[in-house]
This record gives sequence, structure tokens and C-alpha cells, in this order.
Amino acid sequence: MKNTALTNTHIELGAKMVPFAGFNMPVQYEGVKAEHETVRQGVGVFDVSHMGEFLISGEKALELIQRVSSNDASKLEIGKAQYSCLPNDNGGIVDDLIIYQIKEEQYLLVVNASNIEKDWNWISSHNTMGAEMRNLSDDYSLLAIQGPKAAEAMQSLTSIDLAGIPFYNFKVGPFAGIEHVIISATGYTGSGGFEIYCKNDEVQKIWDAVFEAGKDWGIKPIGLAARDTLRLEMGYCLYGNDINDTTSPLEAGLGWVTKFTKDFVNSENLKSQKEEGVKRKLVGFELVDRGVPRNGYTINNVNGEKIGEVTSGTMAPSLNKAIGLGYVTVENSTVDSEIFIEVRNKQLKAIVKKAPFYKA
Amino acid sequence: MNIPAELKYTKDHEWVKVEGDTATIGVTDFAQSELGDIVYVEVETEGETLDKEEVFGSIEAVKTVSDLFMPISGEITAFNEDLEGNPEVVNSDPYGEGWMIKVTISDASELDNLLSAEEYTDLVG
Repeated sequence: MKNTALTNTHIELGAKMVPFAGFNMPVQYEGVKAEHETVRQGVGVFDVSHMGEFLISGEKALELIQRVSSNDASKLEIGKAQYSCLPNDNGGIVDDLIIYQIKEEQYLLVVNASNIEKDWNWISSHNTMGAEMRNLSDDYSLLAIQGPKAAEAMQSLTSIDLAGIPFYNFKVGPFAGIEHVIISATGYTGSGGFEIYCKNDEVQKIWDAVFEAGKDWGIKPIGLAARDTLRLEMGYCLYGNDINDTTSPLEAGLGWVTKFTKDFVNSENLKSQKEEGVKRKLVGFELVDRGVPRNGYTINNVNGEKIGEVTSGTMAPSLNKAIGLGYVTVENSTVDSEIFIEVRNKQLKAIVKKAPFYKA
Repeated sequence: MNIPAELKYTKDHEWVKVEGDTATIGVTDFAQSELGDIVYVEVETEGETLDKEEVFGSIEAVKTVSDLFMPISGEITAFNEDLEGNPEVVNSDPYGEGWMIKVTISDASELDNLLSAEEYTDLVG
């Protein structure tokens, strides 16, 4: 199992460590609900250095990215980031990712830890045009500093105006005395903040400076358990749960990052799927009856017939309601539809809702 | 880890407090700490007589759900209804306010098979 550069720091902080995507990761420190609220109300820091980073460069870089990704990367500019998918040949998704344009002819692809090798092989296999590819995953660390207080709490660490970076934009500059840090106004929580990319040998210094600077704002370390409840309250997809090799981006509600303005892997099939309409859809739902939905639970209609499956579920700490995501047949997918989640042989009533569940 | 000496325990991390022919049952400090924040305790077996090791309910943490097992056989005479509104007391006071059910013991000899505080300490140590 791999460690991040901060594993010992997490252990010293008393984190409960679990194996996740081949990494020894902090799942929680003081408790998931308290950590969740810290991010919703203040500012918290996640070590998400397990994420993978690929650098794609050269005059063929954009051509390769356009070939493998579903969103239109030609819309990117230097300093902008874009959420996207890597479609496979069979209608499913290899991974979801963020693409940053670092400079002319240079892009950073940030992928899920569990998919680093699969993505690398997949993109390489389509690199017939000869773009330059480097896998930086083992050399780079990633801190997500998230919450409504993130910008003011971190401002003393940089000359860059943090509050002035628009969502899905980034700057490269000094941070905590380190040069050339990527400061990106992105995240997986819905509460604002930044993601900081730096080299492994710099991250301890940055982590320490972040906690020193954030002291007056009550900054705390946040584990992966709260990362999951925060993203689920926003209805963000988690690869491996809500999207995978067999789910289409259109079924998953990712049509907004599936642009038929260009050709890409499997675009013809996805285009006809869009024209014909999908048969099932990923929906958000809120439980009316008491209980907690979990990945893999059956979803039934009012007659007890199976119409789908739960892909993610939790008791939402900010809402005090049980919520989930799951695929249902398209006729049951409209907002306010009544569906039933099978929990240990009981049918719990739920209502289809439009994500996000949480609104800041 | 808090493991009160006067209670009996199971390998499934439940505790049993015996008073006459009544047993009060909950989950241990170790269990609540492993589960993390408890969000829901479901017990719909009040009034039923269950055998030892049968499932009497379930406990939902943010990330996981676990079955609750009868440490001994008996009739479930009470469920701690405070847990419906405040399941977090299982985290804050697992041996007190976080109790789950009361059972009328049907076979007192089963108590001999439960773990002592010392044996349970060795198990979770």
C-alpha cells in the first residue's frame, strides 16, 4: 500500500487510517459529522494526494485530449479548468477528470487514484498522434482547502488575490513560501475553496503553514468520510459508485460535459443514444421513511417491481435527511416521482429530487 | 477505551447489564468508536422473544450499517426510544443513555458464556 507524503502527519493527528485505492488514507479525525460541518461553515483541509496527475504537452496535446475526453477542451484557456469524462468504446466511462490548461500546448489531467494505471494505459493507447505524456502522480501532492472561509483564512500565504479567482479557474504562483504552486478554485464539496497542487517534498511545509494561517478561522483536517458526505449532498458523481465502465455519461447526467461539437472516443454511439433517449437515468432522491440507503440496494416502483439500484447513499449531515443517488428507468426519473428503496426486506418510500440537495 | 468491569460482553461488541431477570443491552465504547457517528438505530422487535445470536435490529453509522445481535435469549420488553431522535448518544454515552433494549432473560445459564470485562479487553486490545 502507498503512503502520501503526509501519512505520518495524519497518524500523529489521531486520524483513523484506511486503505483506499491502494493508499493508506485518513478516513476521519474527530468524526465525520463535525468535519462535515467544519467545511460547510468554516474551512477544512483534505489530503487528497492519492489523486493522479498526468501532464500532456506538445503541439499534439490538444488533439489527444479532444480525442479521449467528452468535453470540448478547445474552450479552455490558460488558467482555466474543465470537468470532463473519458468515454470508453462500449458506452461507459473510463474515468471522470479535471483538465487544466497550464500554458500553450500543455495540459494537466487530474484523475481518480483508483484509475491511474487504467487511465494512463487508455490515453496512451489513443496517443497515435504523438503527444508528450508524463505521469506525475507519484511526485505531486494535492491539498483541498475547502469551505466558505478558505479564501480569507489562506490569504496571508500568498500575494495572489484568492477571492478573485473565479470557480474553475486557477493561478500558478507563490504559496506559503513555495514558488509555482497551482492554486485552483475547484473542489468536491460545494462549499468553495481551493485545491493546491505542489511537489511531495513541499507539501509538509505547505500543510504546516496552512494550519498556522488558518488557526484563527478554526481550520481542521478533514477525512475521506466527510469528503463523501459533502460531495453526495451536492449530487456529485463518485467514480466506482455512480459512474463506471458500464454507465453512459448521458445516463449519469453528464450530458453537460459531453459535447458533440467534436469527434471523440465513442462519440457516434453516444450521439445516437442522445437522439434516441436513454433508458435509465441517475437521479437524486430523499428518503421519506426512516432509514439509510446504501450502494447496491434495490429501487422498486410502487408495485414492488425493480426499477433500478442505489449507487450512493448516506444520512446527510447538513440536512439531517437520508439521501442517495441511483439509476432508475427513465419513466421513474422525473422530479417528485415516488420510488421505494428496499432496505432489509422493507420498502422505504423516497422522492426523486433534483441535486444539489444542499444549497449554500 | 472504556470497558466497565461490572458488565458482560460479546465478541460482537455488545454489552449486557444484568439486574435480576432483566438484561439491558447496548454496544460497547469500542463499537461506537469503530462505527463513527451513529445516525440511526432501528429496533422493531420490541415484544418479540428472540434466541441468542438472532438479529434484533440494526445500527447505521454514516458509512456503514451493522446488525445488532441478541447476546442472550429472551423477550425484548423495551427499546430506548430516545435513540430515535438522538442516535448520537450511542457515541457520547454508550453504556448509559445509549442503551438499546431491555430483555427478560429466558435462560440464565447463557450468561456464563458471555465475556468478562477482562476477556473483552483482551479481544479488542
